[in-house]
Amino acid sequence: MTAEQDVITAPKAASAARHGDGLTREQLLSAYRQMKTIREFEERVHVENAAGAIPGFTHLYCGQEAVAVGACEHLSDADYIISTHRGHGHCIAKGCDVVGMMKEIHGRRDGLNGGKGGSMHIADIGKGMLGANGIVGAGQPIAVGAAIACKLRGEGRIAASFTGDGASNQGTVFEAMNMAVVLQLPKVFVFENNGYSEHTGASYGIGCEDIVKRIEGFGIPVWQADGFDFFSVYEAMGKALEVSRNGGGPTAIYCETIRYFGHFEGDPQNYRAKDEVQRYRAEKDCLVNFRARMEADGGLTAAELDAVDREVGALIERAVQEARNAPRPRAEDLLTNVYDNY
Amino acid sequence: MPKKSMREAINEALHLEMARDPSVIVLGEDVSGGAGGTSGQRDAAGGVFGLTKGLLPKFGEHRVIDTPISESAIIGAANGAALAGLRPVAEIMFSDFIGVCFDQILNQAAKFRYMFNGAKAPLVVRMTVGAGRSAAAQHSQSMHALLSAIPGIKVVMPSNAYDAKGLLLQAIRDDDPVIFLEHKMLYNDTCEVPDGDYTIPFGEGVLVREGEHATVVATGQLVKLATGVVDRLAAEGVRCDLIDPRTTSPLDEELILESVRETGRLVVVDEAPPRCGFAADVAALAAREAFASLRAPVATVTPPHTPVPFAPELEREYLPDAARVERAIRSVIAH
Ligand SMILES: Cc1ncc(C[n+]2csc(CCOP(=O)(O)OP(=O)(O)O)c2C)c(N)n1
Ligand SMILES: [Mg+2]
Repeated sequence: MTAEQDVITAPKAASAARHGDGLTREQLLSAYRQMKTIREFEERVHVENAAGAIPGFTHLYCGQEAVAVGACEHLSDADYIISTHRGHGHCIAKGCDVVGMMKEIHGRRDGLNGGKGGSMHIADIGKGMLGANGIVGAGQPIAVGAAIACKLRGEGRIAASFTGDGASNQGTVFEAMNMAVVLQLPKVFVFENNGYSEHTGASYGIGCEDIVKRIEGFGIPVWQADGFDFFSVYEAMGKALEVSRNGGGPTAIYCETIRYFGHFEGDPQNYRAKDEVQRYRAEKDCLVNFRARMEADGGLTAAELDAVDREVGALIERAVQEARNAPRPRAEDLLTNVYDNY
Repeated sequence: MPKKSMREAINEALHLEMARDPSVIVLGEDVSGGAGGTSGQRDAAGGVFGLTKGLLPKFGEHRVIDTPISESAIIGAANGAALAGLRPVAEIMFSDFIGVCFDQILNQAAKFRYMFNGAKAPLVVRMTVGAGRSAAAQHSQSMHALLSAIPGIKVVMPSNAYDAKGLLLQAIRDDDPVIFLEHKMLYNDTCEVPDGDYTIPFGEGVLVREGEHATVVATGQLVKLATGVVDRLAAEGVRCDLIDPRTTSPLDEELILESVRETGRLVVVDEAPPRCGFAADVAALAAREAFASLRAPVATVTPPHTPVPFAPELEREYLPDAARVERAIRSVIAH
């Protein structure tokens, strides 16, 4: 692909038919609330980070909300997911406590990880969230293990991993795909191609230029979805789960999407056309999409969605206030949780 | 002499050596950046810390190679290119990521010469090390002790821009595999760095300060910290030798031992974890080779045996600080 072309092309197999018909009002509200929560959370982290309130490296998920939520709305606490360095969205979608996350990102003692993990390492094992991860490609084999546990317990649970376009080039991901097939594991590989691996376009690093073909090459059935459309992702994930939850082995979904912010907070984004993000925000935004769909379908009223917006706004405001006022870790915390016993 | 940051000094060394020696190649993730991007701008990053900036426009895509995120293949390729006669300089963005490609370092690069009857594998692997930016447990580790424990690779750890340039030029010209560790807290530190070509031999430490009361050995970003403490103590009449080994493998044992034989007191300040670490190694050296001269137990100042924490308060607690270094020096002198 040349620089003149779009990084994101039209989704290859987005079906023209309506996705997700039959969702209840509660399900629709939940999906919108989750996407809106991620959006507000990330936009606020962006602001707080610029103000110097957030230590370390922060990678924001804005723009990709439909993928995390479309996938995770199918899951319960008993299912596992594992995330990436860009983990806030997956964490929220899997039900991690938003206030605890905000505290963690601020490095506070009662943050979700006790202030010792930070943005790149948010985890909540009890929620089936096996961690954001600072090592690209580390999560996919770990999810294989979680899928072994699911298979052994035989309760129809699954493990899902999230993999970026960049991470899709890591050998560990190939190993995980093959092993999941060999062991016929209840594992869903969620691929989210947001167009970039740090400062490099997705097309550069993917030699065959087609992640879907690669996945199929491993013998894994893959459903493609429009990563800007909750309903499309939700439907694809539903199909994948139908197979994986019922002993059909590993599956995958593939979504194209875009990140609104830089790779990390502070990225000058020299690799990116100046108007690229504005165009996506204007034409493809998942929240705008969702509202338009509701307006057309009458699934939810504008007033109901506005109410969610206010509720989420208040939640994020509270999360930031609580994070600011939360106690900082104490010196002795440094030595805890290295081992169970030693 | 012009002042340059460690970032500029390393970048300059890469430019100089690529111009001088056509067998030098650079490879790694985003070493130029922008390939496949929508702005059309190449060299959009020049490495995530800007260390390889400007190499692509000057030396072209055949010699400045952006790679996919594939650390095993990056170091494997550097190994193969080195065996095939090139002098690759591979970049692993953060030293923590060697976990992904450790086989290529531990079982391949380190062993070729020994197993293959003297075969040369003159590769360099540059990587960022160290804590101080709240980058948390997977982006902040100090790997020199772990790597120095591996026979067959050399480990270089500059503490300033001048040394970084001379050591990197030596590393690229060296016929052994060299791991070149760049502390992320030192990239913006400046000092006088000549424009021209010079090398610093491996295994030659430098006596940063001279004094008869104690020997302080410090590495990486902690050389700066220790210098501050040693200078402050000197003002009150406590004078220390301060040694920066510059390379942890090979290690300038003679310089350390000569000093310890005179002072009889040793403090080692190091950022690697304490167990089986660099400080323990130097302490053992003194116990083994200079026992009769020692007049106090060796003191070590290192992080605790924990991963690197995220929260800034905890990270400060984790890292050796001036107060701890001063206490250690005073304790060996008071003994
Ligand atoms: C093993 C490893 N190599 C490199 C990195 C540095 N790094 C962090 S994110 C990233 C790009 C990941 O791209 P992608 O998988 O597409 O995820 P995205 O950032 O787009 O969400 C890289 C190279 C890392 N954290 N771990
Ligand atoms: Mg990406």
